[in-house]
Amino acid sequence: MFLKRLLSNDMPRSRLLAVLLLALFIALAFAPFIFPGVKALSVAAKILVFVVLVASFDLLLGYTGIVSFAHTMFFGIGAYGIAISASRLGPSWGAVLLGLVASLAVSLVLSFAIGLFSLRVRAIFFAMITLAVASAFQTLASQLSDFTGGEDGLTFKLPELISPSFEFAEEPFLGVSLDGRLLCYYMLFAAAVVLLLALLRIVNSPFGRVLQAIRENEFRAEAIGYRVVVYRTTAAVLSALFATLAGAMLAIWLRYNGPDTSLSFEIMIDVLLIVVIGGMGTMYGAAIGAVLFVLAQSYLQDLLRVGSEAASGLPWLAALLSPDRWLLWLGVLFVVSVYYFPTGIVGKLRARAAR
Amino acid sequence: MKALDFDWKPLLLAPILALVALPLTGSFSTWLTLTVAGLAMGMIIFIIASGLTLVFGLMDVLNFGHGVFIALGAFVASSVLGLMGDWTGSGELWRNLVAVFPAMLVAMAVAGAVGLAFERFIVRPVYGQHLKQILITMGGMIIGEELIKVIWGPAQVPLPLPEALRGSLLIGDAAISKYRLLAVAVGVVVFGLLAWTLGRTKIGLLIRAGVQDREMVESLGYRIGRLFVGVFVVGSALAGLGGVMWGLFQQNLVPQMGAQVNVLIFIVIIIGGLGSTGGALIGALLVGLMTNYIGFLLPTLTQFASILLMVAVLLWRPQGVYPVANR
Repeated sequence: MFLKRLLSNDMPRSRLLAVLLLALFIALAFAPFIFPGVKALSVAAKILVFVVLVASFDLLLGYTGIVSFAHTMFFGIGAYGIAISASRLGPSWGAVLLGLVASLAVSLVLSFAIGLFSLRVRAIFFAMITLAVASAFQTLASQLSDFTGGEDGLTFKLPELISPSFEFAEEPFLGVSLDGRLLCYYMLFAAAVVLLLALLRIVNSPFGRVLQAIRENEFRAEAIGYRVVVYRTTAAVLSALFATLAGAMLAIWLRYNGPDTSLSFEIMIDVLLIVVIGGMGTMYGAAIGAVLFVLAQSYLQDLLRVGSEAASGLPWLAALLSPDRWLLWLGVLFVVSVYYFPTGIVGKLRARAAR
Repeated sequence: MKALDFDWKPLLLAPILALVALPLTGSFSTWLTLTVAGLAMGMIIFIIASGLTLVFGLMDVLNFGHGVFIALGAFVASSVLGLMGDWTGSGELWRNLVAVFPAMLVAMAVAGAVGLAFERFIVRPVYGQHLKQILITMGGMIIGEELIKVIWGPAQVPLPLPEALRGSLLIGDAAISKYRLLAVAVGVVVFGLLAWTLGRTKIGLLIRAGVQDREMVESLGYRIGRLFVGVFVVGSALAGLGGVMWGLFQQNLVPQMGAQVNVLIFIVIIIGGLGSTGGALIGALLVGLMTNYIGFLLPTLTQFASILLMVAVLLWRPQGVYPVANR
């Protein structure tokens, strides 16, 4: 009952999915203890950031049916907010908070402006206009080097409490030293859980239902009496704000931000891939997709390296299997999933359970 | 395409832009250089964008993977020109042109052939579904870009201009680069052929009729499906040609070049009205001119110039200069 309320009545509706989600939750909750090592912890933190980022994009793409290419712009705004304020004002909680609030305000204004300006027009216009705006913003960020550090980006310090040098206890606990890094991870974990639950709440509210109605048939939704532009703009703004928070999480974890880290078009493509592979229009799909993708990004390359060495007798096969070509295989997977699993992993699992 | 009350106002945009820039640039010769450079750049952008606007305007297919054909054309041309070092290296114009034209033809053929496969395997299952078209052609672009990296390697590939096309001609004090004249000529030919094919030939008539009422044309015994595949192939081939022109313009190729140009050509076809060939020409010329003037006057703003232009045009005409009305 409590769980049902916590998940906003949007249960996994598939036993396998429920098991997967539970395993995922446990793995992320105890990641520092189950998977020791610096790389594993970084991968886990990246998963947390991407779960929020992708879920916020799914609010737009999956639930409202809007294709935006400016989503990483808001991700970048969040990351730059923390980076700029922490590098100017020094490592204090006040600076972090100020950066967060300021970047949320910027995202609010910007997403509202883009939404009002372009959501009246057709979906294609919106997709292309956001693509143009995002590329302009990326150029802006790398050109204003006094402010954003240009191509080099900004490295900054955060409060002592969450830095790796801060030790809570002399003795390691279960083989893991209790330091600020660990605390930082759990901060991200809590943030990701809260934000994902909040997004679940939003999409399962009456407001979320209207968004889905608009996605299914814009004309009818308008005819029933919903102001489509208002709902779409609200969805765009909300989604931008959540992306900004994800960006802030990224900056807090890395204590660095630059154009390639948070603004690049590659990240935008990654997010698109994740949403489609995981399942559009399900927040759980965003979570599952993000985990699969980040794991693939981090470990598929190692796997491909093995394959590439095994195929060294056939040069062209070795070239196709080279670890740098991992995106090729993901692209193939992506096209195949749009072809055969338009509802993604989660949709497929749910359909199987419903039979 | 031809209407009695022809809308001529958009035709004035480029001349007005050029006139406004005249007093700002200071001297006439500088202005002339910038204007010709802008027109040439606009023509190259038009060649790139024409394929996309064809595919979009006629088939209602949103091809976000268009950039792959641009990159493919450029890389194929670099291989072809690489084989013909004797011809590109000589200083005689005709020998250089003999090298460049086969390169263009091969690039167009390869891009067209790949376009055929792209249409069959990527686009065909998602006709009529815009959201899926955007997604799946994005996927196609990722695959294409990675395959280019497999074949030509992930690093930059130089694509030097043939000898006789380097350098500039002097008209008075104004320096006009030779390659830009070639670009203008190719652009004019492409536009002329497109306008003629769509407006004056039977195939063009059938295509336009098929866009208006597909079932009617099919019931008259014509196969619109095949015709549209042809449109896609021509669109991809034009992208390949545009890629050769753009590659020679930049003289340097990266596998991601298609994605980089994508932004520019989207701006152009949005300004043009999503699907109008004439609109795309106007949009491309405006973007070319604007980029060159702003690049001279306020270099830091260069990247934003075309976006500001798009916003301004959309404020004037929210559907682009020549909206394709039947959708």
